[in-house]
Amino acid sequence: MVGLEDLYREIILDHYRSPRNRGELAVPPARRVEGFNPLCGDEIILYVHVDDNNVIEDVAIGGQGCSISQSSASMMSVAIKGKTLEEARKLIIAFKGLMSIHETTIGGDGRESDIGIELDGSADNVKLGDLEALRGVVKFPIRIKCATLSWNTLAQALVEPTVA
Amino acid sequence: MTLPAGIKDDFPLLDQKFCGHQLVYLDSANTSQKPQVVIDAMANYYQTSNANVHRGSYELAVKATDALEGARAKVAQFINADSPAEIVFTKNATEAMNLLARSWGQANLNANDAVVLSEMEHHANIVPWHMLHAEKGIELRWIPVDKSGHLDLSNLDCLLDGAKLLSVTAMSNVLGTLNPITELAKRAHQAGALMAIDASQYVPHVPTDIAALGADFMVFTGHKMLAPMGIGVLWARANLLEEMPPFLGGGEMILNVTKEGFTTNEIPWKFEAGTPMVGEAVGLGRAIDYLTDLGMANVRQHEVGLTAYALRTLTERYGDKITIQGPTEPAERGGVMSFLYGDVHPHDVAQVLDQKGIAVRAGHHCAKPLMDVLNLSSTTRASLYVYNNESDVDKLADALATIDDIFSF
Ligand SMILES: Cc1ncc(COP(=O)(O)O)c(C=O)c1O
Repeated sequence: MVGLEDLYREIILDHYRSPRNRGELAVPPARRVEGFNPLCGDEIILYVHVDDNNVIEDVAIGGQGCSISQSSASMMSVAIKGKTLEEARKLIIAFKGLMSIHETTIGGDGRESDIGIELDGSADNVKLGDLEALRGVVKFPIRIKCATLSWNTLAQALVEPTVA
Repeated sequence: MTLPAGIKDDFPLLDQKFCGHQLVYLDSANTSQKPQVVIDAMANYYQTSNANVHRGSYELAVKATDALEGARAKVAQFINADSPAEIVFTKNATEAMNLLARSWGQANLNANDAVVLSEMEHHANIVPWHMLHAEKGIELRWIPVDKSGHLDLSNLDCLLDGAKLLSVTAMSNVLGTLNPITELAKRAHQAGALMAIDASQYVPHVPTDIAALGADFMVFTGHKMLAPMGIGVLWARANLLEEMPPFLGGGEMILNVTKEGFTTNEIPWKFEAGTPMVGEAVGLGRAIDYLTDLGMANVRQHEVGLTAYALRTLTERYGDKITIQGPTEPAERGGVMSFLYGDVHPHDVAQVLDQKGIAVRAGHHCAKPLMDVLNLSSTTRASLYVYNNESDVDKLADALATIDDIFSF
């Protein structure tokens, strides 16, 4: 039987209690993108500042939502800060890979191609680290959208042209 | 005890386990479960009476037509309508409200004509009017909701001034508030406006006498009143239906069609294009018989008692930690309880409850403008119906305690 301990792992609750990189960044130089989960009203406001060398110099997260969407966003912010765009894209692919089989079977957004991210196996060797803790979410299919909200928003931020 | 003690046994679906626990179904405001007699009536229709209606000349087709029209007569009687001709079958309440907006609204509303809604409406009674605003430039006005979860009527005369329609929910699907429909209808009429009510949460739970309510239009939906999904109702005064243009065009809704044009059928068939949902209508008719046997006054009494018990139990056990939205007085509300538990997100609350076999809804309940007014993005909602009892409420109260095991920080 699937237990709540599979979902609410300690590290997830830790990020929920003490979210990292909460706040706002000045736009520009940062980009600001909003993501919504219309089902439950969860909302994320993501700020990403990409420097001239295509490195994610800073990240900030605003908005509100459940423990899964908030902790996923927090962990994501830690994982991508200081990474190149290329590395961040691979992380998105790897994370969505962790969630994707189930997301499509429950009629998930399946919009990977719309947002310029293809699950093409190029990220098979990417290390997810702490993010692995979210693996349990796939056992709770309706929560997958909570976990992927911030990642879909990031994917959108990375394809959008820099706001002048 | 106002309802039979063994009533749960009438609902086969409730007799199963989820996550190792007996199911406690507390989401009837979303959709209700069906008694065996309704399931049997639908099966029996398909086993003995199925044919297309109003068309065949053979005995079986007459039987099917009688099944459909018999169900219509039951609906009319259940809400005390003047005639079955005033009962239009639709897919659900949403379609019924769209029919009203498309047909009556298209014919009677022009740019700057005002439609008055309340801030506690379901999206079904908002979006069709937004669509007319976009297409025709009608004006939408909003009756505010006060802190106690009631409509604030202090400015009503001003809101109704020059308005063509007042369209308000009889009972809020978020707050549980019962609105003063009779008074609202009177004031709408005094101002020269018509009155529509969204009775989706009302007809299933409260004895409904449309003549006494005094409205001109009413919509409700079968699946929230023990009937199947796929059938809803628009009731309107016969003279209004007569004047309204058709909604969808096709078979059934015509008297004659030529290459030059068509003439419409009589009411209510004028609004029922194509083959109707006969099996679902039969299910609705049987659900109405079931509710009538229970007695709608008993249903209401049961829910007032159980709501009082739930409000008392939850506040006694959780005090300030639980905030229940809407009126505190059980007589002023239905058994819909939206709540916040500490600062734990409703999605997480619902998840923990699910693990104990308890089904509640978390989210904005299709009432986003109300959520904005309440300054909330979502709530957890437990809602009661005939098959719920004090033990269900106790299980909910017990299960809430386990949230702290995970989220106390
Ligand atoms: C107040 C209210 N109006 C309208 C509806 C819409 O019902 P349906 O989805 O059956 O059309 C609902 C149910 O969700 C409701 O609670």
